[in-house]
Amino acid sequence: MCGIVGLFLKKKSQAPRLGALFSDMLGCMASRGPDSAGFAIYGATVPAGSLKLTLQHPDLAFSWESITADLERHFRTTVTHAVNSTHAVFVLRAGEAAIRRRLREAFPGVKIMSLGRRIEIMKEVGSPASVLDRFQVRRMRGSHAIGHTRMATESAVTTAGSHPFSTGQDLCLVHNGSLSNHNRLREQLRREGIEFQTDNDSEVAAGYLSSRLRRGDTLAGALQHALQDLDGFYTFTIGTRDGFAVLRDPVACKPAVMAETPDYVAMASEYRSLTSLPGIEKAKLWEPEPATVYSWNAQTRE
Amino acid sequence: MNKKTSLVDLSRTSIRELNQALHRLPAGSGSTRWRIREPRGAHAIACGLNSPVRVEIEGHAGYYCAGMNQRATVVIHGNTGVGVAENMMSGLVHVKGNASQSAGATGHGGLLIIDGDASARCGISMKGIDILVQGSVGHASAFMAQAGNLVVGGDAGEALGDSIYEARIFVRGKVKDLGSDCVEKEMRPEHREFLAKLFARAKVRFRPGDFRRYGSARQLYNFHVDHAAKY
Repeated sequence: MCGIVGLFLKKKSQAPRLGALFSDMLGCMASRGPDSAGFAIYGATVPAGSLKLTLQHPDLAFSWESITADLERHFRTTVTHAVNSTHAVFVLRAGEAAIRRRLREAFPGVKIMSLGRRIEIMKEVGSPASVLDRFQVRRMRGSHAIGHTRMATESAVTTAGSHPFSTGQDLCLVHNGSLSNHNRLREQLRREGIEFQTDNDSEVAAGYLSSRLRRGDTLAGALQHALQDLDGFYTFTIGTRDGFAVLRDPVACKPAVMAETPDYVAMASEYRSLTSLPGIEKAKLWEPEPATVYSWNAQTRE
Repeated sequence: MNKKTSLVDLSRTSIRELNQALHRLPAGSGSTRWRIREPRGAHAIACGLNSPVRVEIEGHAGYYCAGMNQRATVVIHGNTGVGVAENMMSGLVHVKGNASQSAGATGHGGLLIIDGDASARCGISMKGIDILVQGSVGHASAFMAQAGNLVVGGDAGEALGDSIYEARIFVRGKVKDLGSDCVEKEMRPEHREFLAKLFARAKVRFRPGDFRRYGSARQLYNFHVDHAAKY
């Protein structure tokens, strides 16, 4: 069992409230996933040509300055970073492949959580409340966020095994369920050049969507293909740079409930997580249909 | 007759305290009324009741609301999560909104009314309960249903009545497809009479003549006509 939540704000003026609204939603799902928690938040956009990367190192005393200094030397560009507990968000003008290569060579103990122009992914073991406090999520701003509380059943409780998973720029996925054909699919995707950091089935789903998006699919199109190619149980919530989507498998064993008002679209594993949202009493509430893609993007934002 | 109404605010009282108070009511305690405020999707509200009490829940309820109900009337003025009235034995559960998956699952008796839609697996493994859904039901409804009646005012999703035993299904709208061993059957006078009585009791305006009946082809399980009376 796991808990997943997603919140997409339709009005730019609401951005300062994202962290607080989202924290209440994720905290409520502790009962479905007490082992670890994580989230992806879509905040400030960095200029075209620049990349925002979120890195993780387990040592709280780790010298993030050493990475900034190294990347500045290596790429001959200005690098900024902001530390947040075991994670740090870097911004620099450089290409993804070159950044990945340099970090792998010079800082093998550092993990890349996310990479893109808006996304920041942070995750840790511990209760969802402690994870929300650690990263001070309540104070974060942005347009949309998705999160996951994990009750591990098949693999160890580790930071790397926590959700969300990201395998492409500004793309992330949280998953409640289990996939049965992930090993074969992971091998196919590796041959296409998708990189995986874990043996986790959910990371394969994220990699699959990255692969489809690279081939030119829209998010909704990629999810339609996922219905054909992914075998198993799933409720997914997916974030992209300016979009948000929900998909349940055709059998729909894993729960999901959605709410929409003029201000937001929200999804959660259980309605309880939506009760803290403003105006929920008057929201349109529904249970997403099996094998049906629900998606929203920037065009739906004011 | 005790007509006292007890008010319980679930933002101040725990589910366990509420349910224990409801369980402590003597089995023949008359018509005590309870109103539950601020349910906020909490699970297991009014589970395991065993007296003819009336419980009104003013909002959306979570999983397993009114599960294992005996004799009580539970009205939910909102939606319910997974497994409303699961394993109900008797009494009445009335959902004024929509119900999530597995509504009325394994129910042995009593009546479950859902004014809106019910999602997948409505009436799965039902064993004698009557379920009236005024809206539509999702896929795999009445899966392995053994006894009782599932009545659907709207449409039914995929694999209706898959592996059904002796339960009866009535659907007014479209059936996406029938599951294994489920077939359409003739509407006889006793079926129309049953529906007319049910609709009168539930105060709904459906016409029995608009419904079609589905049930088991009895090819999949070890049915023998000499034992029909036992079902």
